[in-house]
Amino acid sequence: MSTQTPQTEQPHTPVPEPSRFSRIVRDLFTAESTPLVTFLAIVLALLVGAILIIISDPAAMRELGYFFSRPSDFLNSAWHDVSHGYQDLFKGSIFDPATLRGTPSQFFGPITNTLEDATPLIFGGLAVTIAFRGGMFNIGGQGMTIAGAILTTYVAFQWTGIPGALQLVVAVLAGILGGVLLGGFVGWLKAKRGAHEVVVTIMLNYVMLFFLTNYLLTTTAFHDPTKAGQSISKPASPNAILPHLFGPSLNTDIGLVLALIATVVVGWFFNRSKLGFEIRAVGLNPAAARTNGISVGRAQIWAMVISGGLMGLIGVTQVLGLNNPNNNSLSPNIDAGLGFNAITVALLGRTKPWGVVWASLLYGAFQAGASVMQANDGISTDIISVIEALIVIFVSAPQLIKEIFRLPSREAAVPGAAS
Amino acid sequence: MTTATVTPHAEVAAPSKDRSKLVGGISQAVVGAFGLWAFALGERTSSGADTIFGFSLTHGQSQVSVPAQATALTLSAIALACGLVRIFAPVGKTVLRWLSVLYIVCMVLAFLVWAAAGSSIGLNVPSILEQTAVATVPLVLGAMSALVSERSGIVNIAVEGQFLSGAFTAALTASMTGSVWVGLIAGMLAGAAMSSLLALFANRYMIEQVVLGVVINVLASGLTGFFYDRLMALNGAEYNTPPIFNALRIPGLASIPVIGPLFDQNIVFYAAFLSVPVLWFMIYRTRWGLRTRSIGEHPLAADTVGIKVLGLRYKNMFYAGLLSGLGGVWLTIGNTGQFGKDMSTGRGYIAIAALIVGNWSPVGAFAAAVMFGFALELQTALSPLSTPIPGAFLQMAPYLVTIFVVAVLGKKVRPPAAENKPFKKG
Repeated sequence: MSTQTPQTEQPHTPVPEPSRFSRIVRDLFTAESTPLVTFLAIVLALLVGAILIIISDPAAMRELGYFFSRPSDFLNSAWHDVSHGYQDLFKGSIFDPATLRGTPSQFFGPITNTLEDATPLIFGGLAVTIAFRGGMFNIGGQGMTIAGAILTTYVAFQWTGIPGALQLVVAVLAGILGGVLLGGFVGWLKAKRGAHEVVVTIMLNYVMLFFLTNYLLTTTAFHDPTKAGQSISKPASPNAILPHLFGPSLNTDIGLVLALIATVVVGWFFNRSKLGFEIRAVGLNPAAARTNGISVGRAQIWAMVISGGLMGLIGVTQVLGLNNPNNNSLSPNIDAGLGFNAITVALLGRTKPWGVVWASLLYGAFQAGASVMQANDGISTDIISVIEALIVIFVSAPQLIKEIFRLPSREAAVPGAAS
Repeated sequence: MTTATVTPHAEVAAPSKDRSKLVGGISQAVVGAFGLWAFALGERTSSGADTIFGFSLTHGQSQVSVPAQATALTLSAIALACGLVRIFAPVGKTVLRWLSVLYIVCMVLAFLVWAAAGSSIGLNVPSILEQTAVATVPLVLGAMSALVSERSGIVNIAVEGQFLSGAFTAALTASMTGSVWVGLIAGMLAGAAMSSLLALFANRYMIEQVVLGVVINVLASGLTGFFYDRLMALNGAEYNTPPIFNALRIPGLASIPVIGPLFDQNIVFYAAFLSVPVLWFMIYRTRWGLRTRSIGEHPLAADTVGIKVLGLRYKNMFYAGLLSGLGGVWLTIGNTGQFGKDMSTGRGYIAIAALIVGNWSPVGAFAAAVMFGFALELQTALSPLSTPIPGAFLQMAPYLVTIFVVAVLGKKVRPPAAENKPFKKG
C-alpha cells in the first residue's frame, strides 16, 4: 500500500549504486519486506498474548492494585506467568532442553508433534487458498471436514474386506469424496444460483455438525456399541490407519507426506494447468475472464470441488491419523476448529502453496505447544486463536506494522527505488 | 490483500426473467405436491386424527380442534396452486411477492398440522409466538447492525464476534457489579469496540472485509473463550452469575389474548423490535440516512458533495457495534444469564443471512429474521409431539432454510454498490 509520491525531478547528481549485499540488507528492514513484517507481526501478537495472560491472572491484577508501593510483586508474577507460559509453548512445540540427555523419541517428540499438528493445517490452508484464488471464501472447512471424516470412517471400519493397505487408499479417497460433494454443492449453488458462498458454507458447518453429533453417531450403523452413552463411532480397522512416518515412537504419520504432495500438486496446478489459470483469472476479474471465453461458473465449481476435496483430507488425517485421541474413531469435535484455522493459515501464507506450508508449521507449533502450556500453566489454549488471529490481522496490514515500528519505506531507504 | 474481492451478484449476468419464474414456480409446485403426499395423505393424518390448536398459555383452555387430514389437504393444495399460478398466470411483481408469502405460510401450517396430528397436547399458539419472538431478538439486532454497516459500505461478517464479546462483557460486568444496567452499557460498548476494530482495519488498512470479519470472529471467540477459562470457569460465582433483566409488563397490551405474552418481556426485547421501525425511519427519512445510503452506494459522489465518507463510516460502524453488542447482551443478561463458550452458535451469521434475504432493507431483514427465529424454535415446539423426524434434522432446519432461501433468491437481491470497497480519498 504505497502512497503516491509526487514524481519530482530527480537531481542529476549521480547517486552511488549501493552494492548488492547492502541493498539486500537495507531492503530487509523496510516496510515492504515480507519476512520482516511477518516476523514483527508474530512478535506483536505474542506481546498482546502476554498482556492477556497477565490481566487474566487475578493474583497479578491484585498486585497491580498496589503497584506504586511495591512494583516488584506485580512485575515478578507477571514475568513468571508470561515466561513460564511461553517457555512451555516452546518446549511443547520445538524442543525441551531437559530432553538433551533423553532418548531420541523424547528429544524429537515436540517437533514431531508440531509436524503432526501442521499436517491438517496444510490441507486446510491449501483448500482456502484455492477458493480464495478463485475469488471465493471457503469458510465451510468444518462441514467439509466432517463430511470427509464421515465417509473415511465408514470405509475404515466397514469395508474390512479390502486387502491390506488398499483399504487405507480407499478410505483416503472416500474422505476426499466427502469434501468434494459438499464443496461441489457450494460451488454449484454459487455458480448456478448466485448464492453467496460465505453464507452457504457457514450454514453447512452447522448442518453437518448437527447431522454428525445428534443423528449419525446415534445410529447403529456408526455408533460403537461398546461405548454406551458416548457419541463415538466404531474404530477404524488397523489396516486403514495412516502409518507412522519416522518409526513407532514418534508422533508423525504419513499424512504429512500426503500434505506435501498436495502442496506440490497445487503449486503445479496454479502455475501450469489450464484450469488453475482459469480459476486465477476468474478470481482476479470475473468479467474479464468471461470476455476471454472462460466459463466463470465452471471455474467456480471446480475451485470449490478441489477446495472441498482438500478439506475432506483434514477429515482423513483427523480420523485416521495419530492425533486422533479416540482410537481412530469419529467423534463430534473431529474438526477441532481446523476449518477456521485453515483461513488464518492461508492468509498468513499469503495464499501461496509453500507459504501455506510455512504458516502451517508455525501454527502447528502453536497448537502443539499450547496443550503443554495449558497443562503446566493453566493458560487456556484459546489464547492461540487470539494470537493466530492477531498475526493474520497484522500481516494483512503492513502499514500498521510500519507505523508501530517506524519502519522506513523502501523509497526512503533505497535511493532511486521510487523512480 | 487486494486480490479476489467477491461481488456476489454483480458479475453474474441477470437470467432471463421468465426462466427464473418458471423454475421458482416448478420448485414451489413440486414441494407443494410433496406436502400433499407427505402431510395430507401420510399415515399420521390419514387415520382421522385431529390437530389441536391452543390459544391460551395455560394448557387445556380455549382450544380449537380441526380435522388434520382435511386441513393439511387444503393448505397443501393452496401451496401447490400458488406454484402453478407462478408458472402459468401472467401476474405482476407485487402479486408474486404476496403469493410467496401465502405459499410459505401454507406450507408451514400444513407441516405443523401434520406434526401435531393426533397429539393430545397440540400446538400452543401463544407459546410458539412468544418463543419465536424470543429467538428472533438476537437475529433482528444482528441484522440491523449489519444493515447499518453494510448500508455504509462495510461488510460486517463479524456480527458473531460482536455478539460474543457483548455477551461475555455483559455477563462479566453485571456479575461483578450486580447491576444489569452496567452490564447493558458495557456489553454494548464491547460490541462497538469490536466493530470499531473492524472499521479501523477496513478503512485505514484496507484489509479485505469478509476475511477481516471472519478473522475478527476467530479473535472474539478466542478472547472470550480464553477469559472464560481463566476467570469464569475457575470462579463462576464471582464472574459468571449475572442478574438478568426483569420483565416489563405493558399494562393493557399484555392482557390481550394470544399476543399478550409479547408485551410482558424485558427492555432488550422491546428495544430489538423497536429498532426496526426506528431504523427504517432513520435510513429512509433523515439526513443521516440519506448520507449513509450515499456512502454505501457511491462514496466518491458523496465525497464530492462534501460528506466525510470515512468519518461517517467510522461513526456508523460504532452504532452498528452498539446494536450487535445489544444482541450479545440479550444472549446473557437479557435471556439465560450465564455466558458459555461460543454461545452465539452461528446466530450472527444467520442474522447476516437475514439481511441478505431481506434485500438490505429493514423491513425485509426483519421478516427474514422472524422466519429464521421460527425455524430456530421449531425444535422446541415440536419436541413434545414425538414426530417421526429425528431431533437433529429439526435442529438443522434454520440452517437448511437459510441455504434454501439464499439459493432461491440468489441473484435477485442486490447489495449496496460500494460494499466491501475501501474508500480512499483521492
